[in-house]
Amino acid sequence: MKALGPILAVVAAIIALWYAAAVPMNIQEVLTQAERAGAVVEPEGAMNRRDVSRFALVLKNADHLAESWSMERARLPAPHQVVKELWASTWDEEINGRRGIVKSGSLSNRSLIYHGSITLGATIVGFLIGSGLGILLAVGIVHSKTMDMSVMPWAIVSQTIPIVALAPMIIVVLYSIGVEGLLPKAVISAYLSFFPVVVGMVKGLRSPDAMQTDLLRTYGASKPQALWKLRLPASVPYLFASLKIGIAASLVGAIVGELPVQRGGLGARMLGGSYYGQTEQLWAALLFAAAMAAILVWLIGWIEGKTLRRMGVTP
Amino acid sequence: MILVFAAVAVWIGAWAFNGWLANGRFSGLASVRLAVPLIFGATVIVVWEMIVRGLAVPAVILPPPSTIVGAFFGNFGILWPDFVQTFAKGALGGYVIGCGAALLTAILVDRYDFLRRGLLPVGSFMAALPIVGTAPILVMWFGFDWQSKAAVVVVMVFFPMLVNTVAGLRDTSAMQRDLMRTYGASYWQTLFKLRFPAALPFIFNGLKIATTLALIGAIVAEFFGSPTRGLGFRISTSVGTLALDVVWAVIVVAALTGTAFYGAVAWLERRMTFWHPSQRK
Repeated sequence: MKALGPILAVVAAIIALWYAAAVPMNIQEVLTQAERAGAVVEPEGAMNRRDVSRFALVLKNADHLAESWSMERARLPAPHQVVKELWASTWDEEINGRRGIVKSGSLSNRSLIYHGSITLGATIVGFLIGSGLGILLAVGIVHSKTMDMSVMPWAIVSQTIPIVALAPMIIVVLYSIGVEGLLPKAVISAYLSFFPVVVGMVKGLRSPDAMQTDLLRTYGASKPQALWKLRLPASVPYLFASLKIGIAASLVGAIVGELPVQRGGLGARMLGGSYYGQTEQLWAALLFAAAMAAILVWLIGWIEGKTLRRMGVTP
Repeated sequence: MILVFAAVAVWIGAWAFNGWLANGRFSGLASVRLAVPLIFGATVIVVWEMIVRGLAVPAVILPPPSTIVGAFFGNFGILWPDFVQTFAKGALGGYVIGCGAALLTAILVDRYDFLRRGLLPVGSFMAALPIVGTAPILVMWFGFDWQSKAAVVVVMVFFPMLVNTVAGLRDTSAMQRDLMRTYGASYWQTLFKLRFPAALPFIFNGLKIATTLALIGAIVAEFFGSPTRGLGFRISTSVGTLALDVVWAVIVVAALTGTAFYGAVAWLERRMTFWHPSQRK
Protein backbone atom coordinates (compact mmCIF):
# COMPACT_ATOMS: atom_id res chain seq x y z
CA MET A 1 0.00 0.00 0.00
CA LYS A 2 2.85 2.32 0.87
CA ALA A 3 4.39 1.71 -2.54
CA LEU A 4 1.11 2.34 -4.34
CA GLY A 5 0.47 5.85 -2.99
CA PRO A 6 3.18 7.72 -4.92
CA ILE A 7 2.43 5.78 -8.11
CA LEU A 8 -1.25 6.69 -7.93
CA ALA A 9 -0.31 10.32 -7.25
CA VAL A 10 1.92 10.41 -10.34
CA VAL A 11 -0.75 8.75 -12.50
CA ALA A 12 -3.35 11.23 -11.21
CA ALA A 13 -0.95 14.09 -12.01
CA ILE A 14 -0.49 12.78 -15.55
CA ILE A 15 -4.26 12.57 -16.08
CA ALA A 16 -4.73 16.08 -14.65
CA LEU A 17 -2.01 17.37 -16.97
CA TRP A 18 -3.73 15.63 -19.87
CA TYR A 19 -7.04 17.39 -19.09
CA ALA A 20 -5.26 20.72 -18.69
CA ALA A 21 -3.36 20.28 -21.96
CA ALA A 22 -6.57 19.44 -23.83
CA VAL A 23 -7.84 23.02 -23.32
CA PRO A 24 -5.12 24.91 -25.24
CA MET A 25 -4.68 22.02 -27.69
CA ASN A 26 -8.32 22.13 -28.81
CA ILE A 27 -8.90 25.88 -28.42
CA GLN A 28 -9.00 26.71 -32.14
CA GLU A 29 -11.69 24.17 -32.97
CA VAL A 30 -13.64 24.92 -29.79
CA LEU A 31 -13.80 28.63 -30.60
CA THR A 32 -14.75 27.98 -34.22
CA GLN A 33 -17.62 25.82 -33.03
CA ALA A 34 -18.69 28.35 -30.39
CA GLU A 35 -18.65 31.14 -33.00
CA ARG A 36 -20.78 29.06 -35.33
CA ALA A 37 -23.26 28.57 -32.50
CA GLY A 38 -23.57 32.34 -32.15
CA ALA A 39 -21.22 33.17 -29.31
CA VAL A 40 -19.00 36.24 -29.51
CA VAL A 41 -15.37 35.24 -29.30
CA GLU A 42 -12.24 37.33 -29.30
CA PRO A 43 -10.78 37.85 -31.91
CA GLU A 44 -13.52 37.11 -34.43
CA GLY A 45 -13.08 34.81 -37.41
CA ALA A 46 -11.08 31.60 -37.57
CA MET A 47 -8.54 33.21 -39.92
CA ASN A 48 -7.70 35.95 -37.42
CA ARG A 49 -7.23 33.42 -34.63
CA ARG A 50 -4.88 31.22 -36.59
CA ASP A 51 -1.70 33.04 -35.67
CA VAL A 52 -2.66 33.98 -32.10
CA SER A 53 -1.00 31.82 -29.45
CA ARG A 54 -3.15 29.13 -27.93
CA PHE A 55 -2.69 30.35 -24.38
CA ALA A 56 -3.71 33.91 -25.29
CA LEU A 57 -6.87 32.51 -26.85
CA VAL A 58 -7.64 30.52 -23.73
CA LEU A 59 -7.20 33.58 -21.52
CA LYS A 60 -9.31 35.86 -23.74
CA ASN A 61 -12.16 33.38 -24.16
CA ALA A 62 -12.47 31.84 -20.74
CA ASP A 63 -16.28 31.69 -21.10
CA HIS A 64 -16.31 29.46 -24.16
CA LEU A 65 -14.16 26.59 -23.00
CA ALA A 66 -16.99 24.25 -22.01
CA GLU A 67 -16.64 22.13 -25.13
CA SER A 68 -12.88 21.53 -24.73
CA TRP A 69 -13.32 18.10 -23.27
CA SER A 70 -16.15 16.86 -25.46
CA MET A 71 -15.06 17.86 -28.99
CA GLU A 72 -15.32 15.24 -31.67
CA ARG A 73 -12.10 14.63 -33.62
CA ALA A 74 -10.28 16.83 -31.13
CA ARG A 75 -6.56 17.42 -31.56
CA LEU A 76 -6.16 16.00 -28.08
CA PRO A 77 -9.22 14.08 -26.87
CA ALA A 78 -9.75 14.15 -23.12
CA PRO A 79 -9.03 10.95 -21.17
CA HIS A 80 -12.70 10.13 -20.58
CA GLN A 81 -13.38 10.42 -24.32
CA VAL A 82 -10.62 7.94 -25.05
CA VAL A 83 -11.88 5.58 -22.37
CA LYS A 84 -15.38 5.87 -23.81
CA GLU A 85 -14.07 5.05 -27.30
CA LEU A 86 -12.07 2.17 -25.82
CA TRP A 87 -15.20 0.80 -24.20
CA ALA A 88 -17.32 1.37 -27.31
CA SER A 89 -14.83 -0.36 -29.60
CA THR A 90 -14.21 -3.36 -27.36
CA TRP A 91 -17.02 -4.51 -25.09
CA ASP A 92 -19.89 -2.49 -26.58
CA GLU A 93 -19.05 -3.36 -30.20
CA GLU A 94 -18.74 -7.06 -29.50
CA ILE A 95 -21.71 -7.50 -27.18
CA ASN A 96 -24.27 -5.04 -28.60
CA GLY A 97 -22.97 -4.26 -32.09
CA ARG A 98 -24.52 -5.67 -35.27
CA ARG A 99 -21.14 -7.12 -36.30
CA GLY A 100 -20.19 -8.20 -32.77
CA ILE A 101 -19.44 -11.71 -31.63
CA VAL A 102 -22.80 -12.09 -29.89
CA LYS A 103 -24.96 -11.23 -32.91
CA SER A 104 -22.80 -12.50 -35.78
CA GLY A 105 -20.70 -15.22 -34.20
CA SER A 106 -17.39 -13.70 -35.25
CA LEU A 107 -15.32 -10.80 -33.96
CA SER A 108 -16.33 -7.44 -35.40
CA ASN A 109 -13.79 -5.91 -37.76
CA ARG A 110 -14.45 -2.58 -36.11
CA SER A 111 -13.46 -3.74 -32.65
CA LEU A 112 -10.06 -3.40 -31.09
CA ILE A 113 -10.31 -6.98 -29.87
CA TYR A 114 -10.33 -8.16 -33.49
CA HIS A 115 -7.42 -5.91 -34.48
CA GLY A 116 -5.58 -6.67 -31.27
CA SER A 117 -5.90 -10.41 -31.82
CA ILE A 118 -4.38 -10.06 -35.30
CA THR A 119 -1.43 -8.14 -33.88
CA LEU A 120 -1.14 -10.51 -30.94
CA GLY A 121 -1.01 -13.56 -33.20
CA ALA A 122 1.83 -12.13 -35.25
CA THR A 123 3.62 -10.99 -32.10
CA ILE A 124 3.45 -14.37 -30.39
CA VAL A 125 4.42 -16.42 -33.46
CA GLY A 126 7.29 -14.07 -34.24
CA PHE A 127 8.41 -13.98 -30.64
CA LEU A 128 8.46 -17.78 -30.37
CA ILE A 129 10.41 -18.15 -33.63
CA GLY A 130 12.81 -15.32 -32.79
CA SER A 131 13.57 -16.33 -29.23
CA GLY A 132 13.79 -20.02 -30.17
CA LEU A 133 16.34 -19.33 -32.88
CA GLY A 134 18.09 -16.90 -30.56
CA ILE A 135 18.53 -19.55 -27.88
CA LEU A 136 19.82 -22.06 -30.46
CA LEU A 137 22.33 -19.57 -31.85
CA ALA A 138 23.46 -18.68 -28.33
CA VAL A 139 24.07 -22.36 -27.55
CA GLY A 140 26.06 -22.62 -30.77
CA ILE A 141 28.07 -19.51 -29.95
CA VAL A 142 28.95 -20.78 -26.49
CA HIS A 143 30.12 -24.14 -27.83
CA SER A 144 31.93 -23.12 -31.00
CA LYS A 145 34.74 -20.64 -30.78
CA THR A 146 34.57 -20.12 -34.53
CA MET A 147 30.93 -19.14 -34.30
CA ASP A 148 31.60 -16.96 -31.28
CA MET A 149 34.33 -14.97 -33.00
CA SER A 150 32.52 -14.77 -36.36
CA VAL A 151 28.91 -14.11 -35.41
CA MET A 152 28.93 -12.49 -31.98
CA PRO A 153 30.41 -9.12 -33.06
CA TRP A 154 27.73 -8.87 -35.74
CA ALA A 155 24.99 -9.72 -33.27
CA ILE A 156 26.21 -6.87 -31.09
CA VAL A 157 26.58 -4.44 -33.99
CA SER A 158 23.12 -5.35 -35.24
CA GLN A 159 21.65 -3.97 -32.02
CA THR A 160 22.88 -0.51 -32.94
CA ILE A 161 21.09 -0.42 -36.29
CA PRO A 162 17.42 0.45 -36.72
CA ILE A 163 16.20 -2.94 -37.97
CA VAL A 164 12.61 -1.70 -38.02
CA ALA A 165 13.58 0.15 -41.22
CA LEU A 166 13.55 -3.24 -42.95
CA ALA A 167 9.90 -3.86 -42.09
CA PRO A 168 8.12 -2.34 -45.12
CA MET A 169 10.51 -4.11 -47.48
CA ILE A 170 10.10 -7.51 -45.84
CA ILE A 171 6.32 -7.15 -45.99
CA VAL A 172 6.23 -6.09 -49.63
CA VAL A 173 8.80 -8.65 -50.80
CA LEU A 174 7.08 -11.53 -49.02
CA TYR A 175 3.77 -10.24 -50.36
CA SER A 176 5.14 -10.24 -53.92
CA ILE A 177 6.17 -13.88 -53.68
CA GLY A 178 2.76 -14.82 -52.40
CA VAL A 179 3.34 -14.97 -48.64
CA GLU A 180 0.78 -12.85 -46.86
CA GLY A 181 -1.23 -12.67 -43.71
CA LEU A 182 0.38 -13.40 -40.40
CA LEU A 183 3.76 -14.69 -41.51
CA PRO A 184 5.44 -11.52 -42.88
CA LYS A 185 4.66 -9.64 -39.69
CA ALA A 186 5.85 -12.57 -37.64
CA VAL A 187 9.14 -12.51 -39.56
CA ILE A 188 9.70 -8.89 -38.51
CA SER A 189 8.71 -9.68 -34.92
CA ALA A 190 11.08 -12.65 -34.92
CA TYR A 191 13.88 -10.53 -36.32
CA LEU A 192 13.44 -7.86 -33.65
CA SER A 193 13.29 -10.29 -30.73
CA PHE A 194 16.13 -12.45 -32.07
CA PHE A 195 19.17 -10.34 -31.25
CA PRO A 196 18.31 -9.31 -27.67
CA VAL A 197 17.75 -12.99 -26.86
CA VAL A 198 21.06 -14.03 -28.46
CA VAL A 199 23.06 -11.44 -26.55
CA GLY A 200 21.28 -12.14 -23.24
CA MET A 201 21.51 -15.91 -23.59
CA VAL A 202 25.22 -15.89 -24.44
CA LYS A 203 25.79 -13.88 -21.30
CA GLY A 204 23.62 -16.29 -19.31
CA LEU A 205 25.18 -19.48 -20.68
CA ARG A 206 28.60 -18.10 -19.78
CA SER A 207 27.53 -17.01 -16.30
CA PRO A 208 28.63 -20.20 -14.45
CA ASP A 209 32.03 -19.42 -12.94
CA ALA A 210 35.21 -21.45 -13.31
CA MET A 211 34.63 -23.25 -10.01
CA GLN A 212 31.30 -24.67 -11.22
CA THR A 213 32.56 -25.72 -14.65
CA ASP A 214 35.60 -27.31 -13.02
CA LEU A 215 33.37 -29.27 -10.68
CA LEU A 216 31.45 -30.68 -13.63
CA ARG A 217 34.73 -31.61 -15.28
CA THR A 218 35.82 -33.53 -12.20
CA TYR A 219 32.50 -35.37 -12.40
CA GLY A 220 33.47 -36.30 -15.95
CA ALA A 221 30.39 -34.56 -17.37
CA SER A 222 30.12 -34.39 -21.15
CA LYS A 223 29.42 -31.12 -22.98
CA PRO A 224 25.68 -31.81 -23.42
CA GLN A 225 25.44 -32.76 -19.74
CA ALA A 226 27.17 -29.54 -18.76
CA LEU A 227 24.76 -27.66 -21.01
CA TRP A 228 21.62 -29.26 -19.57
CA LYS A 229 22.62 -29.43 -15.92
CA LEU A 230 24.66 -26.28 -15.46
CA ARG A 231 24.62 -23.77 -18.30
CA LEU A 232 20.91 -23.77 -19.15
CA PRO A 233 19.66 -23.56 -15.56
CA ALA A 234 22.20 -20.81 -14.85
CA SER A 235 21.04 -18.84 -17.87
CA VAL A 236 17.35 -18.76 -16.90
CA PRO A 237 17.40 -15.35 -15.13
CA TYR A 238 19.24 -13.83 -18.12
CA LEU A 239 16.82 -15.54 -20.49
CA PHE A 240 13.78 -13.98 -18.85
CA ALA A 241 15.36 -10.53 -18.77
CA SER A 242 15.95 -10.70 -22.51
CA LEU A 243 12.56 -12.30 -23.20
CA LYS A 244 10.91 -9.24 -21.66
CA ILE A 245 12.85 -6.97 -24.00
CA GLY A 246 12.18 -9.39 -26.85
CA ILE A 247 8.40 -9.49 -26.49
CA ALA A 248 8.14 -5.70 -26.30
CA ALA A 249 10.27 -5.50 -29.47
CA SER A 250 8.11 -8.17 -31.13
CA LEU A 251 4.98 -6.14 -30.51
CA VAL A 252 6.58 -3.02 -32.00
CA GLY A 253 7.64 -5.12 -34.99
CA ALA A 254 4.13 -6.46 -35.54
CA ILE A 255 2.60 -2.98 -35.28
CA VAL A 256 5.11 -1.44 -37.69
CA GLY A 257 4.67 -4.45 -39.97
CA GLU A 258 0.97 -3.65 -40.27
CA LEU A 259 1.57 -0.18 -41.65
CA PRO A 260 2.38 -0.97 -45.31
CA VAL A 261 -0.38 -3.51 -45.94
CA GLN A 262 -3.70 -2.39 -44.50
CA ARG A 263 -5.21 -5.74 -43.58
CA GLY A 264 -6.27 -5.15 -40.00
CA GLY A 265 -4.26 -5.03 -36.82
CA LEU A 266 -3.48 -2.26 -34.36
CA GLY A 267 -0.92 -0.66 -36.68
CA ALA A 268 -3.47 -0.45 -39.48
CA ARG A 269 -5.98 0.96 -37.02
CA MET A 270 -3.54 3.68 -35.92
CA LEU A 271 -2.65 4.63 -39.49
CA GLY A 272 -6.34 4.68 -40.40
CA GLY A 273 -7.06 6.89 -37.40
CA SER A 274 -4.33 9.30 -38.41
CA TYR A 275 -5.45 9.44 -42.06
CA TYR A 276 -9.07 10.21 -41.25
CA GLY A 277 -8.43 12.41 -38.22
CA GLN A 278 -10.20 9.94 -35.93
CA THR A 279 -8.08 10.88 -32.96
CA GLU A 280 -10.18 9.02 -30.41
CA GLN A 281 -9.80 5.82 -32.42
CA LEU A 282 -6.07 6.48 -32.64
CA TRP A 283 -5.66 7.03 -28.92
CA ALA A 284 -7.83 4.04 -28.11
CA ALA A 285 -5.68 1.83 -30.35
CA LEU A 286 -2.55 3.24 -28.73
CA LEU A 287 -3.84 2.56 -25.21
CA PHE A 288 -4.93 -0.91 -26.27
CA ALA A 289 -1.45 -1.63 -27.63
CA ALA A 290 0.09 -0.27 -24.43
CA ALA A 291 -2.16 -2.50 -22.32
CA MET A 292 -1.24 -5.47 -24.48
CA ALA A 293 2.48 -4.77 -24.08
CA ALA A 294 2.06 -4.38 -20.34
CA ILE A 295 0.14 -7.66 -20.06
CA LEU A 296 2.67 -9.55 -22.19
CA VAL A 297 5.64 -8.25 -20.20
CA TRP A 298 3.79 -8.92 -16.95
CA LEU A 299 2.97 -12.45 -18.10
CA ILE A 300 6.63 -13.18 -18.76
CA GLY A 301 7.51 -11.67 -15.41
CA TRP A 302 4.90 -13.93 -13.78
CA ILE A 303 6.29 -17.03 -15.48
CA GLU A 304 9.75 -15.87 -14.46
CA GLY A 305 8.70 -15.61 -10.82
CA LYS A 306 7.11 -19.05 -10.87
CA THR A 307 10.08 -20.66 -12.63
CA LEU A 308 12.71 -19.11 -10.42
CA ARG A 309 10.81 -20.14 -7.31
CA ARG A 310 10.42 -23.66 -8.66
CA MET A 311 14.15 -23.77 -9.39
CA GLY A 312 14.94 -22.52 -5.93
CA VAL A 313 16.71 -19.36 -7.11
CA THR A 314 14.34 -17.12 -5.17
CA PRO A 315 12.65 -18.29 -1.96
CA MET B 1 24.38 -23.31 -61.14
CA ILE B 2 28.18 -23.27 -61.04
CA LEU B 3 27.99 -20.03 -59.10
CA VAL B 4 25.81 -21.68 -56.45
CA PHE B 5 28.28 -24.52 -55.98
CA ALA B 6 31.09 -21.97 -55.89
CA ALA B 7 29.15 -20.11 -53.20
CA VAL B 8 28.87 -23.27 -51.10
CA ALA B 9 32.58 -23.89 -51.60
CA VAL B 10 33.44 -20.29 -50.58
CA TRP B 11 31.27 -20.66 -47.49
CA ILE B 12 32.88 -23.93 -46.41
CA GLY B 13 36.36 -22.65 -47.18
CA ALA B 14 35.92 -19.38 -45.31
CA TRP B 15 34.31 -21.17 -42.36
CA ALA B 16 37.19 -23.65 -42.20
CA PHE B 17 39.70 -20.80 -42.40
CA ASN B 18 37.89 -18.93 -39.62
CA GLY B 19 37.81 -22.13 -37.60
CA TRP B 20 41.54 -22.53 -38.06
CA LEU B 21 42.08 -18.88 -37.04
CA ALA B 22 39.76 -19.02 -34.05
CA ASN B 23 41.01 -22.32 -32.62
CA GLY B 24 44.62 -21.92 -33.65
CA ARG B 25 47.64 -20.48 -32.00
CA PHE B 26 46.96 -16.85 -32.89
CA SER B 27 43.37 -16.63 -31.68
CA GLY B 28 44.33 -14.27 -28.86
CA LEU B 29 45.80 -11.63 -31.14
CA ALA B 30 43.84 -8.42 -31.54
CA SER B 31 44.27 -8.53 -35.30
CA VAL B 32 42.78 -12.04 -35.48
CA ARG B 33 39.88 -10.99 -33.25
CA LEU B 34 39.17 -8.24 -35.75
CA ALA B 35 39.83 -10.34 -38.85
CA VAL B 36 37.51 -13.27 -38.04
CA PRO B 37 34.23 -11.30 -37.97
CA LEU B 38 35.35 -9.28 -41.01
CA ILE B 39 36.05 -12.47 -42.96
CA PHE B 40 32.65 -13.78 -41.90
CA GLY B 41 30.92 -10.60 -43.01
CA ALA B 42 32.76 -10.58 -46.34
CA THR B 43 31.84 -14.24 -46.86
CA VAL B 44 28.16 -13.54 -46.31
CA ILE B 45 28.28 -10.75 -48.89
CA VAL B 46 30.19 -12.82 -51.45
CA VAL B 47 27.88 -15.82 -50.99
CA TRP B 48 24.84 -13.54 -51.25
CA GLU B 49 26.14 -12.08 -54.51
CA MET B 50 26.93 -15.51 -55.98
CA ILE B 51 23.64 -17.13 -55.00
CA VAL B 52 21.53 -14.23 -56.22
CA ARG B 53 23.36 -14.25 -59.55
CA GLY B 54 23.56 -18.02 -59.77
CA LEU B 55 19.86 -18.61 -59.17
CA ALA B 56 18.92 -15.43 -61.10
CA VAL B 57 16.81 -14.14 -58.21
CA PRO B 58 14.74 -11.21 -59.52
CA ALA B 59 15.96 -7.82 -58.30
CA VAL B 60 12.51 -7.04 -56.88
CA ILE B 61 13.01 -9.80 -54.33
CA LEU B 62 16.67 -9.55 -53.38
CA PRO B 63 19.17 -7.41 -55.29
CA PRO B 64 22.83 -8.53 -55.20
CA PRO B 65 25.23 -6.49 -53.02
CA SER B 66 27.03 -5.04 -56.05
CA THR B 67 23.78 -3.45 -57.23
CA ILE B 68 23.16 -2.09 -53.75
CA VAL B 69 26.61 -0.50 -53.65
CA GLY B 70 25.92 0.93 -57.10
CA ALA B 71 22.60 2.33 -55.88
CA PHE B 72 24.33 3.78 -52.81
CA PHE B 73 26.83 5.78 -54.84
CA GLY B 74 24.45 6.42 -57.72
CA ASN B 75 21.84 7.97 -55.41
CA PHE B 76 24.27 9.71 -53.12
CA GLY B 77 22.82 13.09 -54.10
CA ILE B 78 19.39 11.93 -52.86
CA LEU B 79 20.57 9.98 -49.84
CA TRP B 80 22.57 12.84 -48.35
CA PRO B 81 19.57 15.21 -47.91
CA ASP B 82 17.62 12.20 -46.58
CA PHE B 83 20.34 11.58 -44.04
CA VAL B 84 20.44 15.25 -42.99
CA GLN B 85 16.65 15.36 -42.67
CA THR B 86 16.28 12.17 -40.64
CA PHE B 87 19.43 11.99 -38.60
CA ALA B 88 20.86 15.50 -38.20
CA LYS B 89 17.48 17.17 -37.72
CA GLY B 90 14.97 14.59 -36.50
CA ALA B 91 16.95 11.99 -34.60
CA LEU B 92 19.77 14.14 -33.22
CA GLY B 93 17.48 17.04 -32.32
CA GLY B 94 15.11 14.78 -30.44
CA TYR B 95 17.99 12.86 -28.88
CA VAL B 96 19.56 15.99 -27.38
CA ILE B 97 16.24 17.38 -26.14
CA GLY B 98 14.96 14.04 -24.81
CA CYS B 99 18.15 12.99 -23.06
CA GLY B 100 18.67 16.50 -21.64
CA ALA B 101 15.12 16.63 -20.31
CA ALA B 102 15.44 13.14 -18.84
CA LEU B 103 18.70 14.11 -17.14
CA LEU B 104 17.14 17.18 -15.49
CA THR B 105 14.03 15.21 -14.52
CA ALA B 106 16.23 12.51 -13.03
CA ILE B 107 17.97 15.05 -10.78
CA LEU B 108 14.55 16.29 -9.64
CA VAL B 109 13.26 12.76 -9.13
CA ASP B 110 16.35 11.83 -7.20
CA ARG B 111 15.97 14.86 -4.92
CA TYR B 112 12.44 13.96 -3.79
CA ASP B 113 11.89 10.43 -2.59
CA PHE B 114 8.14 10.70 -3.21
CA LEU B 115 8.76 11.41 -6.89
CA ARG B 116 11.23 8.57 -7.11
CA ARG B 117 8.81 6.05 -5.69
CA GLY B 118 6.00 7.33 -7.92
CA LEU B 119 7.70 8.25 -11.18
CA LEU B 120 10.20 5.43 -11.43
CA PRO B 121 7.70 2.53 -11.68
CA VAL B 122 5.67 4.57 -14.16
CA GLY B 123 8.88 5.32 -16.08
CA SER B 124 10.00 1.73 -16.32
CA PHE B 125 6.47 0.76 -17.32
CA MET B 126 6.51 3.36 -20.08
CA ALA B 127 9.94 2.21 -21.24
CA ALA B 128 8.44 -1.20 -22.14
CA LEU B 129 5.48 0.19 -24.09
CA PRO B 130 5.31 0.48 -27.88
CA ILE B 131 5.89 4.24 -27.77
CA VAL B 132 6.42 4.24 -31.54
CA GLY B 133 2.61 4.21 -31.62
CA THR B 134 2.55 7.87 -30.59
CA ALA B 135 4.14 8.72 -33.94
CA PRO B 136 0.85 9.30 -35.82
CA ILE B 137 -0.41 11.57 -33.04
CA LEU B 138 2.77 13.61 -32.87
CA VAL B 139 2.92 13.88 -36.66
CA MET B 140 -0.62 15.26 -36.51
CA TRP B 141 0.38 17.83 -33.88
CA PHE B 142 3.75 19.01 -35.11
CA GLY B 143 3.33 18.69 -38.87
CA PHE B 144 5.22 16.65 -41.41
CA ASP B 145 8.65 18.23 -41.02
CA TRP B 146 11.47 17.21 -38.70
CA GLN B 147 9.87 18.73 -35.58
CA SER B 148 7.37 15.88 -35.33
CA LYS B 149 10.16 13.31 -35.76
CA ALA B 150 12.17 15.00 -33.03
CA ALA B 151 9.07 14.90 -30.82
CA VAL B 152 8.68 11.14 -31.35
CA VAL B 153 12.35 10.67 -30.52
CA VAL B 154 12.00 12.77 -27.36
CA VAL B 155 9.14 10.58 -26.13
CA MET B 156 11.01 7.40 -27.03
CA VAL B 157 14.36 8.17 -25.41
CA PHE B 158 13.00 9.94 -22.34
CA PHE B 159 11.98 7.00 -20.17
CA PRO B 160 14.92 4.62 -20.69
CA MET B 161 17.24 7.56 -20.08
CA LEU B 162 15.33 8.63 -16.96
CA VAL B 163 15.32 5.16 -15.43
CA ASN B 164 19.04 4.68 -16.06
CA THR B 165 20.05 8.09 -14.73
CA VAL B 166 18.01 7.74 -11.55
CA ALA B 167 19.56 4.32 -10.96
CA GLY B 168 22.99 5.85 -11.52
CA LEU B 169 22.46 8.75 -9.14
CA ARG B 170 21.75 6.25 -6.38
CA ASP B 171 24.91 4.32 -7.08
CA THR B 172 27.11 5.78 -4.34
CA SER B 173 27.96 4.05 -1.11
CA ALA B 174 27.03 5.44 2.28
CA MET B 175 30.75 5.73 3.00
CA GLN B 176 31.29 8.07 0.05
CA ARG B 177 28.31 10.25 0.90
CA ASP B 178 29.40 10.41 4.54
CA LEU B 179 32.84 11.51 3.42
CA MET B 180 31.29 14.35 1.44
CA ARG B 181 29.26 15.31 4.49
CA THR B 182 32.36 15.44 6.68
CA TYR B 183 33.86 17.77 4.09
CA GLY B 184 30.81 19.99 4.68
CA ALA B 185 29.80 19.69 1.01
CA SER B 186 26.42 21.13 0.03
CA TYR B 187 23.82 19.16 -1.93
CA TRP B 188 24.96 20.61 -5.24
CA GLN B 189 28.65 20.04 -4.46
CA THR B 190 27.91 16.42 -3.60
CA LEU B 191 25.86 16.12 -6.75
CA PHE B 192 28.50 17.46 -9.13
CA LYS B 193 31.64 16.16 -7.46
CA LEU B 194 30.50 12.72 -6.33
CA ARG B 195 27.14 11.47 -7.48
CA PHE B 196 27.10 12.76 -11.03
CA PRO B 197 30.51 11.29 -11.92
CA ALA B 198 29.51 8.06 -10.18
CA ALA B 199 26.33 7.99 -12.28
CA LEU B 200 28.17 8.45 -15.59
CA PRO B 201 28.43 4.72 -16.45
CA PHE B 202 24.64 4.41 -16.01
CA ILE B 203 24.00 7.64 -17.92
CA PHE B 204 26.10 6.41 -20.81
CA ASN B 205 24.24 3.12 -20.75
CA GLY B 206 21.03 5.07 -21.19
CA LEU B 207 22.60 7.25 -23.88
CA LYS B 208 23.70 4.17 -25.80
CA ILE B 209 20.25 2.56 -25.65
CA ALA B 210 18.79 5.90 -26.75
CA THR B 211 20.95 6.09 -29.91
CA THR B 212 19.16 3.13 -31.50
CA LEU B 213 15.76 4.26 -30.26
CA ALA B 214 16.34 7.73 -31.72
CA LEU B 215 16.97 6.37 -35.21
CA ILE B 216 14.05 3.95 -35.00
CA GLY B 217 11.73 6.74 -33.86
CA ALA B 218 12.84 9.16 -36.57
CA ILE B 219 12.52 6.56 -39.34
CA VAL B 220 9.20 5.06 -38.24
CA ALA B 221 7.66 8.50 -37.70
CA GLU B 222 8.37 9.24 -41.36
CA PHE B 223 6.17 6.29 -42.35
CA PHE B 224 3.24 8.33 -40.99
CA GLY B 225 3.97 11.39 -43.09
CA SER B 226 7.01 13.46 -44.01
CA PRO B 227 8.25 16.04 -46.49
CA THR B 228 9.65 14.54 -49.70
CA ARG B 229 12.96 13.64 -48.14
CA GLY B 230 14.12 11.51 -45.22
CA LEU B 231 15.27 7.93 -44.83
CA GLY B 232 11.85 6.60 -43.80
CA PHE B 233 10.17 8.48 -46.65
CA ARG B 234 12.72 7.08 -49.12
CA ILE B 235 12.13 3.54 -47.84
CA SER B 236 8.35 3.71 -48.08
CA THR B 237 8.30 5.36 -51.52
CA SER B 238 11.02 3.12 -52.97
CA VAL B 239 9.26 0.03 -51.65
CA GLY B 240 6.15 1.34 -53.38
CA THR B 241 7.94 1.45 -56.74
CA LEU B 242 9.80 -1.83 -56.02
CA ALA B 243 13.18 -0.07 -56.33
CA LEU B 244 14.64 -2.45 -53.79
CA ASP B 245 18.26 -1.53 -54.55
CA VAL B 246 17.50 2.00 -53.31
CA VAL B 247 15.74 0.59 -50.24
CA TRP B 248 18.79 -1.50 -49.43
CA ALA B 249 21.03 1.52 -49.99
CA VAL B 250 18.92 3.46 -47.48
CA ILE B 251 19.19 0.57 -45.04
CA VAL B 252 22.96 0.66 -45.49
CA VAL B 253 22.89 4.38 -44.68
CA ALA B 254 20.71 3.72 -41.61
CA ALA B 255 22.97 0.89 -40.46
CA LEU B 256 26.14 2.93 -40.89
CA THR B 257 24.53 5.90 -39.14
CA GLY B 258 23.33 3.78 -36.25
CA THR B 259 26.70 2.13 -35.78
CA ALA B 260 28.60 5.41 -36.06
CA PHE B 261 26.24 7.16 -33.65
CA TYR B 262 26.57 4.33 -31.13
CA GLY B 263 30.33 4.26 -31.68
CA ALA B 264 30.60 7.99 -31.05
CA VAL B 265 28.72 7.72 -27.75
CA ALA B 266 30.79 4.67 -26.76
CA TRP B 267 33.98 6.61 -27.59
CA LEU B 268 32.81 9.50 -25.42
CA GLU B 269 32.06 7.00 -22.66
CA ARG B 270 35.59 5.62 -22.80
CA ARG B 271 36.98 9.14 -22.59
CA MET B 272 34.77 10.21 -19.69
CA THR B 273 34.54 7.06 -17.58
CA PHE B 274 38.10 5.81 -18.01
CA TRP B 275 38.28 5.25 -14.25
CA HIS B 276 35.44 2.72 -14.18
CA PRO B 277 36.42 -0.98 -13.82
CA SER B 278 34.55 -1.93 -17.00
CA GLN B 279 36.69 0.46 -19.05
CA ARG B 280 40.08 -0.48 -17.66
CA LYS B 281 42.32 -2.49 -19.90
